[in-house]
Amino acid sequence: MNSGIDLQGTFVNFINNLGVPIGAAKALWLPLPMAIVLLGAATGLLIAVWLERKISAAAQQRIGPEYVGALGIFQPAADGLKLLFKEDVVPGKADPWLFTLGPIIVLLPVFVSFAIVPFGENMLITDLGTGIFLWIALSSITPIGLLMSGYSSNNKYSLLGGLRAAAQSISYEIPLALAVLAIVMMSNSLSTIDIVEQQSGYGILGWNIWRQPVGFLIFWIAALAECERLPFDLPEAEEELVAGYQTEYSGMKFALFYIGSYVNLNLSALLVAILYLGGWESPIPLENLGAWLGVSQDTPWLQVITASLGIGMTLLKAYFLLFIAVLLRWTVPRVRIDQLLNLGWKFLLPIALLNLLLTAALKLAFPSAFGG
Amino acid sequence: MNLAEGVQVVSFGVLATMMIVAALGVVLLNNIVYSAFLLGGVFISISGLYILLNADFVAAAQILIYVGAVNVLILFAIMLVNKREDYAPVSNRWLRNLAAGLVCIGVFALLGTMVIATDWQLEPANLTAAAGVSSVVKIGQHFFSDFLLPFELASVLLLMAMVGAIVLARRDFLPEDLSLTNQTTSLTLPEKSKELAALGGKTK
Repeated sequence: MNSGIDLQGTFVNFINNLGVPIGAAKALWLPLPMAIVLLGAATGLLIAVWLERKISAAAQQRIGPEYVGALGIFQPAADGLKLLFKEDVVPGKADPWLFTLGPIIVLLPVFVSFAIVPFGENMLITDLGTGIFLWIALSSITPIGLLMSGYSSNNKYSLLGGLRAAAQSISYEIPLALAVLAIVMMSNSLSTIDIVEQQSGYGILGWNIWRQPVGFLIFWIAALAECERLPFDLPEAEEELVAGYQTEYSGMKFALFYIGSYVNLNLSALLVAILYLGGWESPIPLENLGAWLGVSQDTPWLQVITASLGIGMTLLKAYFLLFIAVLLRWTVPRVRIDQLLNLGWKFLLPIALLNLLLTAALKLAFPSAFGG
Repeated sequence: MNLAEGVQVVSFGVLATMMIVAALGVVLLNNIVYSAFLLGGVFISISGLYILLNADFVAAAQILIYVGAVNVLILFAIMLVNKREDYAPVSNRWLRNLAAGLVCIGVFALLGTMVIATDWQLEPANLTAAAGVSSVVKIGQHFFSDFLLPFELASVLLLMAMVGAIVLARRDFLPEDLSLTNQTTSLTLPEKSKELAALGGKTK
């Protein structure tokens, strides 16, 4: 792993030169990456909402939002402002504490999970040894928040929605974890950085999607189910359950659910890009870009260019997957709850186990191609 | 005390307070749903303590298994039998409380003595390993060397539980029930009878 530009060192030195002690300078640095990623996640959320509305409109031959900003680009911000100013209604006989806590518990793990999403070799909040496993663990907290809001709303549709959400999320966590396990087996590490490193070197041919096509499909289906996107949006199926667990919510508390679902979609798309589509790697291997241009690898402007290319590539792949997710929403009808559980337990789980077994066998047979 | 140590002390204080308050809430609150949610808080605080001890994998596994699976299942069970009823007052309740309190104090004293009596010093070799290498590698090596038998026994136990659950869940597909479902007339959908559904609605 090469060092790249040491942003932290430069920042700490700069602040230190201004007369601040070195310890305080380090403490000042700590919140910066978190704030940037948080801001990035919030911007990504607005873009995701706008894309969803625009692509949905195109799929239905409408125009979609167009008056707020050019092409309606500020429509999500206007929506957010509107929700911010709405009255905060707590239904009668609801449990006010659990009712407030529920949306927060749904939202928090999603944002914490961004700690392990890398946009470049050194561009992530923390390179934990547990890496991708932390995301799986954190995403298992969400159903508690859903159950909490469903229970505290004092509404049978909310309760049913909450129970469905918990059942769905528990069922699809298992194929999701097994698909990730096959990847982890090939890269010998849970760290997201190592997973991308293992795919580098051959451009588009080195990506995990060629070695794990079945795992990719399982992961994508399970991730959509975890996000409660349309083929699997049973917890809030409006024809059956009004709006599921969020029936009684309004104003900012509803906005928390809304934000949570779109940030989660963004996160899932980013993780698919990292696990299966080579993360920040370009389709053509660009390791020798410096040599082609005749400058050293350590030239600052070259490093800035590679870093921006990496961020651009990650986002490009993630938004392509988001586009597919929106298209799927208008193409595939909603499944029934029994079909959903059958698909999870009787189809995806055995296939994921087989995929794991096959990966292990291939790894033993061809250690050079499948990560010895 | 540098920055890292300060953060560690503050985090430990916050986590310990959170855990003790949540645990007391689990035991003392009368509403069983609150107790179940607070139990999740206790598990998350324990996982935070694991992180402070450099056991990142154990911390993540704690969240995944205890919060994501055990606690969700407890909540599920409570909400499926969603009956809000007041408990009938029990005569001589104070006697029960006293006995429970005595047992708890006894266990606390026993554990406290154990904590004080044990020598918690790590060997220097283990200390550097814990700080440097990710705990995943160490745990994996132990699973397949000196802890192989307990690991395999635990997996066999889980397999038995899973087979048992599947047998219980498939009960309605046994042949004697199949003859019942065939009796439905051609005009109705093959689903459970109306009386059963009505009963299910009443319990809620």
